[in-house]
Amino acid sequence: MSEYNFAYLDEQTKRMIRRAILKGLAVPGYQVPFASREMPMPYGWGTGGVQVSAATLTPEDTLKVIDQGADDTTNAISIRRFFQKTADVEVTERTTEASVIQTRHRIPETELKEGQILVYQVPIPEPLRFLEPSEVETRKMHALEEYGLMHVKLYEDISIHGAIATSYAYPVKVEGRYLMDPSPIPKFDNPKMEMAAIQLFGAGREQRIYALPPYTRVVSLDFEDHPFDPGRADHACELCGAENSYLDEVIVNDRGERMFVCSDTDFCESRLNGNGEGGA
Amino acid sequence: MYVAVKGGEKAIENAHLWLAEERRGDPAVPELGIGQISEQLALAVNRVMAEGSLFDPELAALAIKQSRGDLIEAVFLIRAYRTTLPRFGASLPIETGQMSCVRRISATFKDAPGGQVLGPTFDYTHRLLDFKLAADGFVGEAEQSETPLSDDIPHIAGYLNSEGLIQDEPETDVEPGDLTREPLELPASRDIRLQSLARGDEGFVLGMAYSTQRGYARNHAFVGELRIGRVAVEMDIPELGFSIEIGEIEVTECETVNQFRGSKVEPPQFTRGYGLVMGQSERKSIAMALVDRALRWRELGEDYLGAPVQDEEFVLHHADSIQATGFLEHIKLPHYVDFQSELELVRKLRREAGRNHRPREAAV
Repeated sequence: MSEYNFAYLDEQTKRMIRRAILKGLAVPGYQVPFASREMPMPYGWGTGGVQVSAATLTPEDTLKVIDQGADDTTNAISIRRFFQKTADVEVTERTTEASVIQTRHRIPETELKEGQILVYQVPIPEPLRFLEPSEVETRKMHALEEYGLMHVKLYEDISIHGAIATSYAYPVKVEGRYLMDPSPIPKFDNPKMEMAAIQLFGAGREQRIYALPPYTRVVSLDFEDHPFDPGRADHACELCGAENSYLDEVIVNDRGERMFVCSDTDFCESRLNGNGEGGA
Repeated sequence: MYVAVKGGEKAIENAHLWLAEERRGDPAVPELGIGQISEQLALAVNRVMAEGSLFDPELAALAIKQSRGDLIEAVFLIRAYRTTLPRFGASLPIETGQMSCVRRISATFKDAPGGQVLGPTFDYTHRLLDFKLAADGFVGEAEQSETPLSDDIPHIAGYLNSEGLIQDEPETDVEPGDLTREPLELPASRDIRLQSLARGDEGFVLGMAYSTQRGYARNHAFVGELRIGRVAVEMDIPELGFSIEIGEIEVTECETVNQFRGSKVEPPQFTRGYGLVMGQSERKSIAMALVDRALRWRELGEDYLGAPVQDEEFVLHHADSIQATGFLEHIKLPHYVDFQSELELVRKLRREAGRNHRPREAAV
């Protein structure tokens, strides 16, 4: 504990990150460049999220870390341990008890409340990156609000496949201004992004932070005649019976039989333990 | 039932213990000392210091030991450690003209003041496995000259410059930027490009440089000068009002002299590429100089030929081994949520495709 400054990063660095977060909150959806540090876990393992969490945590916070919706996936455990070791904060697996939740690829099923902070790990913050590889160009496109390229891509999807062929990291428009990558969450989670909690996005390798203040308008891109469809496996959770949660498909035996279970382990367990839907 | 994702905590712990065991290898074989690594694997240590951006042979040797000889992993350990170090300020520019050289060669002049000093080089060795080395290791002692090398050896490029044959480098008093403290902004200035290349992966920089030699934005380079040696690092101490020497580092410096036929903005003259790498790293410094030169097309009024090495976004965004390896290797982390949504999508698209195709099949 005494070997490290609180939450690993030095105070100057945390201030620099907080300034980027505040700027991000002031301009929702805008990608703020920040001088990302080299962390003791590799790029791609959530260094952006870890830096944002480090700059956000206070000693009184209670931290929850999920990966793929689960608290006990290896990298979630590793990140949770990192903050236990370097910040000595309380940790929890309960969505309702956490003040800061760091996530990779999911938004918890349980509705978040005011005062909570959801920190996303982001691999590629630029929603236009796979249409335009140059950062210089995409920054220009954001400045001019020139998003035609993305609409053309979605239109081509429909003309080729009959549907928009993006199932995760589905692009959203924030407060009618910035096109934003919601990180690789399934599009099932997109509607939840209009929430009471603060949402912070950290991309370490790409050196970007962006943010959504509570109750920000977040619209998944679509067309009038092809409205956004969040999609979901046509099953109920075989453990808790939930019909409104996002499901993992697990291969259970050599015959390749499948089982569908909630990806959000806390949500599922809370329902199993009879703590009411979403473990309130 | 849910075995695959449960028990991760215990698994991580055991994996770490197993890794430690594997790192040590057969306990009957004596353990490797840090000194053995820094003395006998000095070029590996140099590479880790250069790409780790931290001059500390002992820590670099420790990193190599801890990483089981995986140099990118060792660079990563050094970078993560470096993050925790405070930055006190910037040193004065090192004076490579005042280097105490162990090696200094020029490929452009047969002789020049300061002379050609071959130094400890692999260049003219025959690459024959030395089985004697496996047995005892002693290889003899080099004879020492009675007159020590001057540590004031002028740069070769200076001689071309006096004739106006080589492009002048603009002087500036601006403190160079620092990629480790400020986010990379494009277009990047030359100081930032050079820092990025100096930290960049040796293999990547080598490949980029090689591509220019093979015709992708070809710009034939002569090694005007290559020198390796120790230089003093000085820092201004505001309280004292003058600079003091705070230490010494070993660097490799390469200056290339490149053909240039002139452009709309520059007369025909030679141009320069510059490479400076911490430690002894000739390959990297030469490669760096070639890439630096290729990236200068805009400033020299050359054409953009669409070669990867001319594209600073491409080069600077992909040169860093720690960024590259992190993002590459992260795809082994769980992605079942994304994959699940792709599964749903592919099933849905197949259903729809099936519906559209059936009538045609029926008609056949």
